[in-house]
Amino acid sequence: MFDVAIIGAGIVGTSIARELSKYDLSCVVIEKSNDVSNGSTKANSGIVHAGYDAKEGTLKAKFNVLGSEMYEKICEELDVPYKRNGSLVLAFNDDDLRHIEMLYERGLKNGVKELSIIDKNTVLSLEPNIQDNVVGALYAKTGAIVSPFELAIALAENANENGVEFMFSTTVTNIYKENDVFNIETNNGKFKSRYLVNAAGLFSDEINDMLGGEKFKIIPRRGEYCLFDKSVGNIVTRTIFQTPSNKGKGILVSPTVHGNLFVGPNAIEMDKKDDVSTTKKGIEEILKGGSRSVKNINPRDIITSFAGIRATSDTGDFVINVPTKNAVNAAGIESPGLTASVAIAPYVVSLLENEGLRLTLKNNFIKHRTNTKLFIQMTDDEKKLALSSNSAYGRIICRCEHITEGDIINAIKRPLGARTVDGVKRRVRAGMGRCQGGFCMPRVVEILSRELNIPMTEILKSEEGSYILTGRTK
Amino acid sequence: MERDLVIIGGGPAGLAAAIEAKKNGIDDILILERDKRLGGILQQCIHNGFGLHVFKEQLTGPEYAQRFIDEVEKLGIEYKLESMVLHLGEDKKIIALNPKDGLFEIEAKAVVLAMGCRERTRGALNIPGSRPAGVFTAGAAQRFVNMEGYMVGKKVVILGSGDIGLIMARRMTLEGAEVKMVVELMPYSTGLKRNIVQCLEDFDIPLLFNHTVTKIHGKERVEGVTIAKVDDKRQPIEGTELFVECDTLLLSVGLIPENELTREAKIEINPVTNGAYVNELMETSIEGIFACGNVVHVHDLVDFVTQESFLAGYGAAKYIKGEKSNSANKFKTKGLNGIRYVVPNIIHPENVKDAVNFYMRVSDVYHNVNLIVKDGDKVLYKSRKNHVSPGEMENVKLSKDILQKVEGDELVFELEEVAI
Ligand SMILES: Cc1cc2nc3c(=O)[nH]c(=O)nc-3n(C[C@H](O)[C@H](O)[C@H](O)COP(=O)(O)OP(=O)(O)OC[C@H]3O[C@@H](n4cnc5c(N)ncnc54)[C@H](O)[C@@H]3O)c2cc1C
Ligand SMILES: Cc1cc2nc3c(=O)[nH]c(=O)nc-3n(C[C@H](O)[C@H](O)[C@H](O)COP(=O)(O)OP(=O)(O)OC[C@H]3O[C@@H](n4cnc5c(N)ncnc54)[C@H](O)[C@@H]3O)c2cc1C
Repeated sequence: MFDVAIIGAGIVGTSIARELSKYDLSCVVIEKSNDVSNGSTKANSGIVHAGYDAKEGTLKAKFNVLGSEMYEKICEELDVPYKRNGSLVLAFNDDDLRHIEMLYERGLKNGVKELSIIDKNTVLSLEPNIQDNVVGALYAKTGAIVSPFELAIALAENANENGVEFMFSTTVTNIYKENDVFNIETNNGKFKSRYLVNAAGLFSDEINDMLGGEKFKIIPRRGEYCLFDKSVGNIVTRTIFQTPSNKGKGILVSPTVHGNLFVGPNAIEMDKKDDVSTTKKGIEEILKGGSRSVKNINPRDIITSFAGIRATSDTGDFVINVPTKNAVNAAGIESPGLTASVAIAPYVVSLLENEGLRLTLKNNFIKHRTNTKLFIQMTDDEKKLALSSNSAYGRIICRCEHITEGDIINAIKRPLGARTVDGVKRRVRAGMGRCQGGFCMPRVVEILSRELNIPMTEILKSEEGSYILTGRTK
Repeated sequence: MERDLVIIGGGPAGLAAAIEAKKNGIDDILILERDKRLGGILQQCIHNGFGLHVFKEQLTGPEYAQRFIDEVEKLGIEYKLESMVLHLGEDKKIIALNPKDGLFEIEAKAVVLAMGCRERTRGALNIPGSRPAGVFTAGAAQRFVNMEGYMVGKKVVILGSGDIGLIMARRMTLEGAEVKMVVELMPYSTGLKRNIVQCLEDFDIPLLFNHTVTKIHGKERVEGVTIAKVDDKRQPIEGTELFVECDTLLLSVGLIPENELTREAKIEINPVTNGAYVNELMETSIEGIFACGNVVHVHDLVDFVTQESFLAGYGAAKYIKGEKSNSANKFKTKGLNGIRYVVPNIIHPENVKDAVNFYMRVSDVYHNVNLIVKDGDKVLYKSRKNHVSPGEMENVKLSKDILQKVEGDELVFELEEVAI
């Protein structure tokens, strides 16, 4: 019997798990995928929004601003790449100017700090690659970028080090209450808990139904991206938004924390919740859209394209409430959900407390992660030490990102370590560079097989069924 | 550590350069190779067809490499394996990493860049669709099959008719997979004619020209691809789409010289080849840094790599011994009218040993043309070609004698139609 069961190991579920791990509780995270962060959290813009976007008074606005303020500290505690690079919302005409003024006002009401409206020359001096027909911009100095999946993995690792259990490849299929205890049925057996959190992202409406909460519906909306080579990662240094118009929210162009550049996303309403394929039309749309803001975007420099799905709730806002006694929904967390998640977590915990969950702070809570540095990031002395403990740190496996075998072994051996090729990629970037694993993928498969002691043929790219090898040669 | 000559990459290019430098009197040579063994990409090319020009016999890739590895051993040339060069400075300072020595720095008098090339990937082509397992570059698949002994799929479509793709079509078929087709964007193959015959035609594998893959299907593992015909601007024609069921897509869509280090050292790079500009001794825009093999331009035959690399080794030796002339007497080379590029790019006639082999690729398929070399209006060379194709590198050998008589500052290589 657990005190709390959390359904979903996206950024919301892992934030809540880490928050709960500060207290003397037994918690479990139940996740249908075989790794942390395989839902919306793995494919989004990675922007820590300043908070001028969401309408005042909404949960989105409240938790966005709070979250944005909390980010730097959490990323520092967990040693996750985060960069306050600032963001610009560009205006190209009078309508746009009026709109950014509205956003400015809204930002002030929401409590966003360091907002200003800047003129054309200032825009171009900050960002010389912006198109010359820009007329002004809203400048939010507190806008930042983060690696979303690395943060979710870090939160989960840290929660796990502090005692939270994680059940992967476990899908919740039904929930019923018996004597005030949640019976959670899954493909992997039944779990019992006294309290329950629904952080199931795109499927949070279905979990809410199982709990008998007030109905809402998740509308999946897909967004496609193109990711560019590091050689063009500095075309812009800030995150460049467009003014939303009747044609849509606009395409953004931004550097990533690792020095690549991305362009996207569009927004396509879907009837399926799991179709993350990209389309020719979508890619053309975002490249065209990106070029409206920024010069010198050359499709030749694309290293990969991908898509993610937003869990848009038909209520128009995040759904954070109590669907039934002793349960909390953290549902419909679409953008700015990545930003908001770190602030939603303590709020969800306070709702659980309202429901009667007893909270006693642990005195042995481990706040920081250890042993997180990649070999290339180490100081000379740290490098020497790493090499003397394991010569595998001297063997480069991913030539593009200079990731060593030692780094990959670490990614596998860490708490909730990598078990798939994509798991390695998201933890230590092997395969994320310009050759996209063309060189290192066979080697990573070999290392996974050796370290986990499972046959090469059973190593997966990502989810169940994504086998890489079909058997031995003759 | 200080060294006279450091060679980055122990493939056929690096090995040949090392051997030739040694034979020309340089003793202090170090080859740095990031793989577990010498030989480069040849180690995974277990098919026949190497060495027809250099050894006048048919060798497999590993056999061809072994001849050079044996020579390196015999000459006592030092090499370090599992040693990846991470940085190269304009001042020829090298930082490398291996499990035994950790990070180490070398100050080299001369450097030969012989890092080879890498394969273009799905991302570079931007093929839409899902992102399941089962999409491999042909080289990665080749590594699994030939070096590790694992099969990568059962029903295969190959995009691109580059040599690696053709070779893998045969290999996968022999291993019991069904290779459904090879799909090629262009109206011609970039692979060698003999590979098309021996790897596809002999196995009845269809080769579809003017086609491409427009979508990848399958959630976890590839379940199929959509192919479509393309128009003369290489754009898919609507209405010609066809779904092909398969569990594997191999990409053989081109190679890119591996020039991260070259760029870091601020060596000038030719945007056409994606390799360094080089002179008659295979020297780059930085004096004392030479380059050869696939890192300069992508070759189809290792024999040419070897020849070019001997020259780089010879050049490096001359440079180290201070015998290289720096006279201002020089001219450039240029490809025009159907010649996409020429290597080398700059010639100082004094430094030429006996002759220069100029390597070049044409930009399209042509029939009945003359390949001519002109100094101003003067035709220095003319050769009749019945058929030229971008897939097969052309070469023209001009003697020192001819080169010394060049008067202009540019030697032009071009194709000329022959009236029939
Ligand atoms: C295109 C796009 C761009 C975005 N850009 C930004 C941005 O720049 N900034 C920002 O702040 N936000 C952004 N967001 C929003 C942000 O990505 C999301 O708010 C956030 O990732 C949601 O996290 P989550 O944990 O709620 O959902 P998820 O990450 O989807 O996690 C839910 C998890 O629940 C699991 N699950 C579902 N059903 C079950 C079940 N029955 N049993 C067990 N497990 C289950 C899923 O497998 C999944 O792992 C963007 C979103 C998208 C799609
Ligand atoms: C699949 C395939 C089939 C082929 N078929 C034929 C054929 O039938 N007949 C034929 O004649 N030719 C064939 N070729 C061509 C021939 O193999 C190549 O042209 C030749 O191998 C190129 O030699 P190279 O030394 O330039 O490059 P490579 O062989 O690629 O060697 C480069 C070496 O440099 C190393 N390296 C790179 N970067 C670093 C670094 N930073 N630090 C240390 N080391 C580094 C690499 O590990 C590699 O060993 C084929 C090629 C391929 C790929």
